[in-house]
Amino acid sequence: MNTAAPATQNGVSVSVRGLWKRFADQPALQGVDLEVNRGEIFVIMGPSGSGKSVLLRHLIGLEQPDAGQILIDGQSIQSPGVMDRVRMAMVFQSGALLNSLSVGENVGLYLAEHHLKTPAEIARVVAEKLELVGLKGLEERSPAELSGGMKKRVAIARALVIEPQLILYDEPTSELDPLSAVTVAEEIMKLKRRIQVTSLVVTHDRDLAFGVADRIAMIRDGKILFVGTPEAVQHHSDPLIQKFITAEFNQTNPRNDL
Amino acid sequence: MFQNIGEMLVLLWRTLQALPQTWRQRRKVSEQLFEIGNASLLMACILSLFIGGVIALQTGPVLVQRGISSFLGGIIGLSMCKELGPVMMAVLIAGRIGSAMTAEIGSMQVYQEIDALRTMNINPIRYLVLPRLVAISLALPTLVVFSVLVGWIGGALVCVYNRQIGISFEAYFSNLQNVVEFKDVFNGLIKSLVFAVIIGVVCCHQGLVTLGGPRGIGRSVTKAVVNSIVLILILDYLLTRVLLYWD
Ligand SMILES: Nc1ncnc2c1ncn2[C@@H]1O[C@H](COP(=O)(O)OP(=O)(O)OP(=O)(O)O)[C@@H](O)[C@H]1O
Ligand SMILES: [Mg+2]
Repeated sequence: MNTAAPATQNGVSVSVRGLWKRFADQPALQGVDLEVNRGEIFVIMGPSGSGKSVLLRHLIGLEQPDAGQILIDGQSIQSPGVMDRVRMAMVFQSGALLNSLSVGENVGLYLAEHHLKTPAEIARVVAEKLELVGLKGLEERSPAELSGGMKKRVAIARALVIEPQLILYDEPTSELDPLSAVTVAEEIMKLKRRIQVTSLVVTHDRDLAFGVADRIAMIRDGKILFVGTPEAVQHHSDPLIQKFITAEFNQTNPRNDL
Repeated sequence: MFQNIGEMLVLLWRTLQALPQTWRQRRKVSEQLFEIGNASLLMACILSLFIGGVIALQTGPVLVQRGISSFLGGIIGLSMCKELGPVMMAVLIAGRIGSAMTAEIGSMQVYQEIDALRTMNINPIRYLVLPRLVAISLALPTLVVFSVLVGWIGGALVCVYNRQIGISFEAYFSNLQNVVEFKDVFNGLIKSLVFAVIIGVVCCHQGLVTLGGPRGIGRSVTKAVVNSIVLILILDYLLTRVLLYWD
């Protein structure tokens, strides 16, 4: 079981080695290799269906790979105890809030279930995290009464409560208005500064990616095409990558590739 | 249909292992108990009243004809507590509560809520299955006690007020008291405990393996209820057979 979160805790490094995953009819990951450093904000971009969510699910142990390895601080996540020792959190693409609980209970769930704090302290932490994501005072609401973007922000608050060493965001700014998107981006940066958390951010949002990333990986059809700093991505010559990061709405010449 | 029995046994075993942590989940257990009671107490009473009544109606006139109407109390007493109470209540609860369990856990599975629990290092068996299994195992035997009592009363009412039968309350209950022993009631309670575990395990398991969207949830619910009822009836025969040795 997880122990109480010390206030300052360094992030962990993540290595993915030759990860393969096939679902019944199609391959989702085809030999993914990645090295993510401690405390880094690592952004993964790529077209829809390229395997980004599947990759994140492997990292947090929700899927078992067909082949390959995931190392956290050099230790395989298969080896016993690693998943219990390292505090991880994931912000799901859909939010994945528990519908039978209130917003406040959702955010405080981790602390309550692991008996890490007293109910009064939990209430305080929940209020603080909700305020952080701009949802002050919504503790009593039910998730069904929230908009998509609000759910996403509650999910982020829920992840922050864990004080994770590794946090995985699956499209944290989709469904958010530009202002909330900026808030989320700032929060991702702040978290890195405050607790040196390692962050993996899957996103289509170019502003978010180039705004927060230390490095960016491009993934397509379950394969990593390229890893580099935001500048390197912007100046990369590969036409696919260029098309992806510069795609713009063009009425006279609609694109139908990519 | 039975290919999952192995998985269900594993689920049962894991839940039993988590049993020492029940106290920590007491709030959820009492929520579940409240829900079960709320959803089924009235229906259980109505059902039992009529079941007791109908056995009286079926057997009464025949026994009166042969001049052995004094056995009515014992016949109704035994059939309610050994067979009809436990089986009827189990079927009712499978339809009423088991279906809700599958639907709730199934939708949590489909909408990734269970994945979210896992990422928070919260064991879904401890968090979801344990409180439900404990609650249903407490609730079903309790309901059976109610059902048996109400069934006896239903039988009595028909025996007394039906013109073809017309025996006295005293005759009915004194025969019932002579024939039905505590172990007969206990026998029914053991059965109902087994049925409760079957419903809990089958329905929670089916919820956890739900695939696909709302349609998948619907399919799962139907399957869970049907499988529970089939297993209850099969186990009922086997248990009756085993409990006979004990008599
Ligand atoms: N549980 C599953 N069963 C079968 N196939 C799956 C499953 N999960 C994902 N896939 C397949 O794996 C591929 C990658 O899916 P994934 O969800 O990772 O895409 P993505 O990159 O996150 O896309 P998006 O940007 O739209 O979220 C898809 O082709 C998808 O159909
Ligand atoms: Mg995705």
